[in-house]
Amino acid sequence: MITLNINGEVKSLGDIDPETPLLWALRDTLGLVGTKYGCGIAQCGACTVHVDGNPARACQLPVGALQGVIITTIEGLAAKDGTLSDLQQAWVDYDVPQCGYCQAGQLMSATALLERTPKPTDDDIKTALSGNLCRCGTYNRIAGAIKSVANKKAELEVTETDRAKGA
Amino acid sequence: MNDQNTPNNPDPLAIFGPNRHELPEPGEASVALDRRQFLLLTGLGGLVIGVTSGISSSAFGQISAPIYQVGLELNHYIQINPEGEVIIFTPHPEVGQGVRTSLPMIVAEELDADWSRVTVKSSTIDPSRYGQQFAGGSTSILRRKAELSKMGAMARHMLVAAGAIELDAPADQLTTSDSFVIHQASGRKLSYGELAELAAKQPMPDEKSIVYKDPADYRLLGKRITSVDNRTIVTGEPIFGSDVSVPGMLYATFVKSRSLGGRVKSANLDEVKRLPGVVDAFVIEGNKDIPAYDPVSDFVSSGVAIVADSTWQAFRARDRLHVEWDLSTASTDDTDLMARQAEELATQPGAIVDKDKGNVDDVFAKSGNIVESFYHTTFASHSPLEPNNCTVHFKGDSVEVWAPSQTPPAILIGLMKLFGLPMNKVVVHQIRGGGGFGRRLENDYAREAALISKRVGAPVKLQWKREDELAFDYFRPPGYNAYKASLNADGKVDAWLHHTIAASKDGEKPNRDAGSRLTLFPENMLDHYRTTTSLVPSQTPTGPMRAPTANTHGFAEQSFIHELAIAAGKDHVEFYLDFLGEPVWTVPNDPNAIHTGRAANTIKKVAENAGWGREMPAGRGLGLSFYFSHATYAAEVAEVSVDDRNRVKVHKVWAVCDCGPVVNLSGAEGQAQGAIIDGIGVMAQQSITFKNGAAQQTNFHQYPLLRINQHPEIEVAFVESDFISSGMGEPTLPPIAAAVTNAIYNATGKRIRGMPISNEGFSIV
Ligand code: FES
Ligand code: FES
Repeated sequence: MITLNINGEVKSLGDIDPETPLLWALRDTLGLVGTKYGCGIAQCGACTVHVDGNPARACQLPVGALQGVIITTIEGLAAKDGTLSDLQQAWVDYDVPQCGYCQAGQLMSATALLERTPKPTDDDIKTALSGNLCRCGTYNRIAGAIKSVANKKAELEVTETDRAKGA
Repeated sequence: MNDQNTPNNPDPLAIFGPNRHELPEPGEASVALDRRQFLLLTGLGGLVIGVTSGISSSAFGQISAPIYQVGLELNHYIQINPEGEVIIFTPHPEVGQGVRTSLPMIVAEELDADWSRVTVKSSTIDPSRYGQQFAGGSTSILRRKAELSKMGAMARHMLVAAGAIELDAPADQLTTSDSFVIHQASGRKLSYGELAELAAKQPMPDEKSIVYKDPADYRLLGKRITSVDNRTIVTGEPIFGSDVSVPGMLYATFVKSRSLGGRVKSANLDEVKRLPGVVDAFVIEGNKDIPAYDPVSDFVSSGVAIVADSTWQAFRARDRLHVEWDLSTASTDDTDLMARQAEELATQPGAIVDKDKGNVDDVFAKSGNIVESFYHTTFASHSPLEPNNCTVHFKGDSVEVWAPSQTPPAILIGLMKLFGLPMNKVVVHQIRGGGGFGRRLENDYAREAALISKRVGAPVKLQWKREDELAFDYFRPPGYNAYKASLNADGKVDAWLHHTIAASKDGEKPNRDAGSRLTLFPENMLDHYRTTTSLVPSQTPTGPMRAPTANTHGFAEQSFIHELAIAAGKDHVEFYLDFLGEPVWTVPNDPNAIHTGRAANTIKKVAENAGWGREMPAGRGLGLSFYFSHATYAAEVAEVSVDDRNRVKVHKVWAVCDCGPVVNLSGAEGQAQGAIIDGIGVMAQQSITFKNGAAQQTNFHQYPLLRINQHPEIEVAFVESDFISSGMGEPTLPPIAAAVTNAIYNATGKRIRGMPISNEGFSIV
């Protein structure tokens, strides 16, 4: 019986094989599908989560080795009342996502970066996010959105504030 | 002549209807629109207006009365409910190109709706009502803008008519704003929600009497509007194909021969079935050996399916699977051999003459200034970041499908063929795809999932591995292009010969998207012009990849034009503008035919933005390129520096586009930047090679996408023009490779004639 601490809650994984990578336990067992599969070999960063605050590739982490650590996934970034984190809000405001598939991983890496380095240089951003591939090529806006949050001012053109929603 | 439609590329989507190639004319008029009917729908609550394509024999094509009672399942486009919420249904699949935002913006603009109270939903899939619901060719905006504008404007007219009754004022004294009808004189106003029921009882306006907004009053179009799905994406809510979950669902993986077209001879199925979590393992015989691009087909390749209680258990069992393949039916492609054969063919006259004008040979014989060059590229893979996946529930006499497809209606047709089911027994839900780039035009993975679900009698989610994605693509074909041109004493081109060496399976015609690209530039500018094609044998399946054919031809042609400018001893920009000549629309009113004046505008503006001609330090250079594709004009300048180990830093790219009036500035700029990054990634380091018919690359460590540390700053500008709006998903990709290699030449004097440039000893850092 494996239990994990995920997004502030204790979750039971039942009699799961302890070798199961966290990625698939999140997605198939717990239904937390925000963490994505892109390569399975630590090459793309789509599966990035936080383990004790550090960015880690969930496709490489067997759940058996994660008891007692604190795990945060993309579903745990916003406040409980739904208020987005500053980075999430910047991702919306600067219209960062295209297909969006890489963006959970990008946000997890960016969040970890700003926690450690609140005023990152361009090189800090490049180093921290170089493991996160974006096939759609949203890098200009990723870097700009991170800088905007760090510098508390718009480093990119902002979008209109009237917003429709998708369903 | 349409520059997209090379004769060797029969269009598999043509099955969806006869007006696939009908394009709206400049302005608001639309040829296609005349065949469509707008419907007012009652009984749904509030005001509901839909449009029917009038393509099929469906009952909707015969509606003559404007007011109609229909069931709830109708695929309408706009619904304004009494609470004032505006729901806009968008017909096209979303794979990151932004149509779930841009198309509803068009409706909301003419409706004068409060955008913050708009909800966007995706339509269900029904070819009889929507015509072609596909995402490809950057065509959604071009094909839909006129009808969506008209629908929004019709609804607004009816709301105003209702307002005239309720406010007891003549309609021409009423205005609208943010979902309100306003009587300025009295200061009274009513919301669209309050008026919706009464509006639904008003006659639909005569289409000819509709008044459209003055673009100067636009609140949405041309502005930066954030995607309607951003919040869902940044919070990690289920939205993608692979996030689909249905009750009782099992998880599957499907193993095929990496030498494309091999058949399962035997496999250790009994052993695999005993592995933890494995529900079943079985052979699917298949009905097609080497795959072929055909989205509406029922083709399935031979392979072994493993079905398990979780994706991981299926994947792990796969590691223990041993299959013996019968390779007698498989491809034997060897890309080294292909490249050698192509290079040899390039030295000979083309086997097929595609176009021949004047007398190229005569001019060459007399010319004292001839330039010849051979460009080559390898196969490339689409590799959207979300690997293919599909969830299917086969229920005996019907089948339900959740697919991140770019051509969902084609799945419907493929499964009708595969299972002998009528159209109303196949339900396809369109789900956001984590990237497409053309890969999800073909629906092989959906057909595989359907067969697996049928066999196990349960809903199944099939998840491809990245390794499957790189092995079983419909690859971008390699481009082998030989050019020869002569310059007269004034340094003007006077004859042009282009020889494409195209991959061909049957030895008679090029494979899909492998052939030459017949364009009116430079053909129309020259008296002596010939294009020819030769064929090099290849069995590897190919298909459209972002900016198909333009992606490889753009590199070759735009590098060659730079070589000509150098041979003429002229500045590249000057030479280009001179080559384009007087402004002329090569086929008047055809948005897919190049207008040389618009081309020249983008080139002039990009040169200005980039500071063309400024002094550059040693090892640093600017490079120019231009390409016209998908009815959009894109000129680009790259600034690079190159060190003594041929490491290239792309510092900045300037792009100037003319896509007519921009719909969503944020979306258009994002697509332009993304396609440039995409193009640099492919040109830098992406190549699929084949040995014995099998791709040699398995995952991103061997097929590297561009990373954030390699990305340049990208500045995108748009030329204001009042031609018809066209798409931005692809057009900035074709020019970028040559912009970079031309800049490398200007920095170093080294000419790169092969892509990816990693094969030529260069790297992007
Ligand atoms: S899926 Fe884990 S890094 Fe790609
Ligand atoms: S937004 Fe599509 S992969 Fe990054």
